[in-house]
Amino acid sequence: MRGEVVLQGLRKAFGDVAAVRDVSLEVRGGEFLTLLGPSGCGKTTLLRMIAGFESPDAGRILISGRDVTALPAYERPVNTVFQQYALFPHRTVAGNVAFGLEMQRRARGEIAERVEKVLEMVRLGGLGDRRPSQLSGGQQQRVALARAVVLEPEVLLLDEPMAALDLKLRQEMRVEVKNLQERLGITFVFVTHDQEEALVMSDRIAVMNRGRVEQVGPPEALYDRPRTRFVADFLAVRNLLPATVVSVASGVAALRTRGGVSFQAADDGGYREGAAVWVGVRPERIRLDEGGVSTDNTLRGTLEDEIYLGDRTDWRVRVGEDTLTVAESAAGARGRRRGEPVTVSFPPAAVLRLDDPEGEGR
Amino acid sequence: MTSRRAAVLLALPCLLALLALFVAPQALMFESSLGRRSFYGGVIHQWSLDNYRRALEPLYLAILARSIGLALATTLLCLLLAYPVAYWLGRRTPPRARSALLVLVILPFWTSFLVRMYAWIFMLRTEGLVNTALGLTGLGPLNLLYNDAAVLLGQVYGELPFMILPLYASLEKLDRSLLEAAADLGAGPARALWRVTLPLSRPGIVAGSVLVFIPSLGAYLAPDLLGGARTVYMGSLIQSQFTFVRDAPFGAALSFMLSLVVLVLLVIFRRPIRESRSA
Repeated sequence: MRGEVVLQGLRKAFGDVAAVRDVSLEVRGGEFLTLLGPSGCGKTTLLRMIAGFESPDAGRILISGRDVTALPAYERPVNTVFQQYALFPHRTVAGNVAFGLEMQRRARGEIAERVEKVLEMVRLGGLGDRRPSQLSGGQQQRVALARAVVLEPEVLLLDEPMAALDLKLRQEMRVEVKNLQERLGITFVFVTHDQEEALVMSDRIAVMNRGRVEQVGPPEALYDRPRTRFVADFLAVRNLLPATVVSVASGVAALRTRGGVSFQAADDGGYREGAAVWVGVRPERIRLDEGGVSTDNTLRGTLEDEIYLGDRTDWRVRVGEDTLTVAESAAGARGRRRGEPVTVSFPPAAVLRLDDPEGEGR
Repeated sequence: MTSRRAAVLLALPCLLALLALFVAPQALMFESSLGRRSFYGGVIHQWSLDNYRRALEPLYLAILARSIGLALATTLLCLLLAYPVAYWLGRRTPPRARSALLVLVILPFWTSFLVRMYAWIFMLRTEGLVNTALGLTGLGPLNLLYNDAAVLLGQVYGELPFMILPLYASLEKLDRSLLEAAADLGAGPARALWRVTLPLSRPGIVAGSVLVFIPSLGAYLAPDLLGGARTVYMGSLIQSQFTFVRDAPFGAALSFMLSLVVLVLLVIFRRPIRESRSA
């Protein structure tokens, strides 16, 4: 299918450092897929291998069903939006956008027409004669986008294209880029370390860690059910606890944390009695001083610290030997003080069982 | 002390040196170029433009044209030879090896240019290294010395480092992602070189060309030592006016004419030159 990207067993090392280790991934045609991970996780190397700037040590890359592993970058049906834009400083805005069309030896009239149209589309109409250096960061980013999109590639690769923009502009561009992708119907492979960006824009997210893809799925699935300790940590599950399974019975697992706190988790079938596990609870799933349903876990603790974030406050609550982070929205806030005793409660279903394949937490 | 006064004070030694070693001699030269030679080779300070009128005679204009030709050929050949070297040094060599290789480029400067010219004579003369080798293959001996080709060879050899270094500087800092962008947009290696690398290394091309062209225009040693009796260039012509002919005023006028050519060229190419400095 057009725009489909299939990665099979890709590996890449730089010297002794393995950047990508055995990545297999399928990107559907017309999909917005995000490679999400911290710096050094291999996401950019993976993107650069799809673009053809790096050749894999092992594995295959198929684009639209065609094996492109051996093809040089200039023969691949993909285009890239670079992190620092990489606009040609010796060419005008229009000259930058026209570059790829000139390489395809299009007629001069067609080039002018298509350049103008795409500049209109990214709202840069009338700025074609400027030099890239005369534009703002956001405008330069649009030029980079226009220059890649004008060639109507089967796949568009974006390497942290918004990293250099300030927060407000970044938020605007998220929506704009997403809309553009939906309008064009081109496959987007987007690299970012910003989980919010990934959640807002993607059809699916592939979370990468240490050169591997740890989990792939739609944003909601990833957010609701992170499978590994790393993914949970990266997607802001702030409460990560090592625990032991005390018992498993009738859909409920009784857990005891290393800090001596006991609570129950809804059994997803993965708990084994006596086993050590990692579990996570999102701060917004925990409530302060509310009875809730009788089946909820209810624990006694002490307010330890307050992190005011405007729309919410994160409380650090001491429970036994553990410390939990609890988010309290500004709307429901009452004047609390440090040192106050509180009860915290959360449903067993809010407890996420997490794999720890690399044993990083131990 | 204001920063402005500090700047003036700091620049003062350099300004004084320029004044004493450059402006004053030039002024004296200009004054004597307006004079006349005395019977014994002195200068009679009676001002006229006669020397300049004479310098524009076809005989001397032809020599000027030959010099411009030599300088152009030297610049062009240096550019063609230096570009691949600079490209390889700046873009294909691991950074650690670069400084060692750059030293190799500068190494010839450790030996006097005169000595190096004699080395070329040694190699090119009839019984020299090259002809001996050619003799073994049955091709030689050829007349390799005392002609225009030998002058051009010596000139290119001498000026080559001045072309390599600025080209290296501009190629080395060329952003790799721009070349990746070119490839990404469908440009193969040749077209990326032509459409991206070359235009972006223009500052280096301009700087190197200026550095090679100007000294080549007044080149003296290579034409004098490697050239024949019939291959006269401006450098030798001017030198002979001050020595054998003992017509210092005419020599001064010829010098000024040469400076004027350089000045006109610098004015014509002022825009790319300014760009090359800011880059």
